Amino acid sequence: MCLSALNPNTRAIVPGAPKVQQTTELQRPLQIPIHPQLLTLRTSQPTLEHHGTGYDLTNSVFSPDGRNFQVEYAVKAVENGGTSIGIRCKDGVVLAVEKIITSKLLKAGANKRIATIDRHVGAVSSGLVPDGRHFVSRARDEAASWRSTYKTPITTKDLASRMGGYLQAYTLYSSVRPFGITAIVAGWDSELELPVDGQVGSGPSIGSGGKVEGMTFGGPGLYMIEPSGMYWGYYGAATGKGRQTAKAELEKLDLAALKLSLQDGVKEAAKIIYVAHADNKDKEFELEMTWISNLDGPTKGRHQEVPKDILEEAENLAKKYLEGEDDEETKDDDKPAEGDKMEE
Amino acid sequence: MEFGTSGMLNEDGIHVDMDRLKKGEVNLGTSIMAINFKDGVILGADSRTTTGAYIANRVTDKLTQVHDTIWCCRSGSAADTQAVADIVHYQLGMYATANNRPPTTQTAAAMFQELCYENKDRLSAGLIIAGWDERHGGQVYSIPLGGSLHKQSYAIGGSGSTYIYGYCDSNWREGMDEEAAVKFVKGALREAIKWDGSSGGVIRMVVLTQKGANRHLYLPDTDYAVRHQ
Repeated sequence: MCLSALNPNTRAIVPGAPKVQQTTELQRPLQIPIHPQLLTLRTSQPTLEHHGTGYDLTNSVFSPDGRNFQVEYAVKAVENGGTSIGIRCKDGVVLAVEKIITSKLLKAGANKRIATIDRHVGAVSSGLVPDGRHFVSRARDEAASWRSTYKTPITTKDLASRMGGYLQAYTLYSSVRPFGITAIVAGWDSELELPVDGQVGSGPSIGSGGKVEGMTFGGPGLYMIEPSGMYWGYYGAATGKGRQTAKAELEKLDLAALKLSLQDGVKEAAKIIYVAHADNKDKEFELEMTWISNLDGPTKGRHQEVPKDILEEAENLAKKYLEGEDDEETKDDDKPAEGDKMEE
Repeated sequence: MEFGTSGMLNEDGIHVDMDRLKKGEVNLGTSIMAINFKDGVILGADSRTTTGAYIANRVTDKLTQVHDTIWCCRSGSAADTQAVADIVHYQLGMYATANNRPPTTQTAAAMFQELCYENKDRLSAGLIIAGWDERHGGQVYSIPLGGSLHKQSYAIGGSGSTYIYGYCDSNWREGMDEEAAVKFVKGALREAIKWDGSSGGVIRMVVLTQKGANRHLYLPDTDYAVRHQ
């Protein structure tokens, strides 16, 4: 068949040309301009039948309708990961993760999934664990680099911005793939004035003049960063397999009002992980939780593990809550349907 | 004037050996200061620039803006301090656009310190950083020759400052109003200019508050009594 006949534009300028019957095969891939590299990829597997348009085979290439398939596949990796959540409370932030136990030979409580980025910032991720590790490593470098440049701790927002930029870069090049994680970054930015690291002296004994009255600074920060590099600030964040259930639970808490205390936030976080896990009962899991309080609170502005006793109390409450929910369900099941009569 | 390495007075009997300065390099043999007051900070400086005994500029502006309400007083080599201030000016501008918020005085002080410390062997720059920001109000930082960073209620610097330690110590009060603060700076700089041969000319000031930056100029013709401009 003449090649030009395949081109609809060529056909249009030949009046009276016989209408070429278009088969579905003609509308298939070869008509779409494809990068030479993709053609190589296709022809290298000639025995395979239809395997998509080839737009999903390499990073950084748009499909004709403007999608980047590699990024979407990365999101799929996230959707299979254990549930991670973060809750922004009035006096701190909580991070929690459902750590699926893949082997009974793994030591309980080892292999932590929530990492400290800087004294006042923590991060957790759902998806590919090694990608999460690399994320943490880079985040630590960013936080340290900020400190050495500006002689002050990085804010949660600035860290999220830096990491958003970093992840976005991994959607741009054919030599890399996007991160298979969605990360939640939580921090407490000091509400007090901080000295420049290394400064000597403290200025006037009565304090600096000309401060604006009634302004507050610092506070809790919670951000979620997706494989595309997109990041938003959240009142409550959830990602991973149980995110839908977790989000539904988070929405019940009215976190926007910023009234939930950190102590209650810990209990809610445990409950949400347990509820989210209920849809995935066949696998065992461990609950891992960290928090960052304000300077007057239990962690004094630092990112730390939730102490064992508080964690256990929260877990017990979560289990009790689930049992209660089960009871209600079974009660409903046992109730005879209306109109049914018991007969002997 | 020849270079010396002894740290002794030179033959003119005025200039301390400045072996950091090249022959003919322009020196800000200077009186500079910055103080905290009720509503913010005030920076002040004389206006004399010398090349040896020659007054290269008698109306120099040693108060340099590095951001909207963050300024610095420069002393030492004119070239070095201008270069450092230019770099920080650029960096603070980038910081403000990249992070969508103005830098704090601390950010500026950290940048100045990094440059002055890391290049201490090559620079002769004695700087006073003063600024106002919403969070911290007015702040004064001093960065002397080695590149250390000192937060102070007020800071004085330059060759003329040696003559006014006593004046400042006995007249300093914390939380002065603007009028008293301007009077304090002017009084101190007048003494410095009177006693220091390397200081002179006009007195310049910048008042930094929530309202922004406000310049003052006082001329010797009117005995520094009238505010011009």
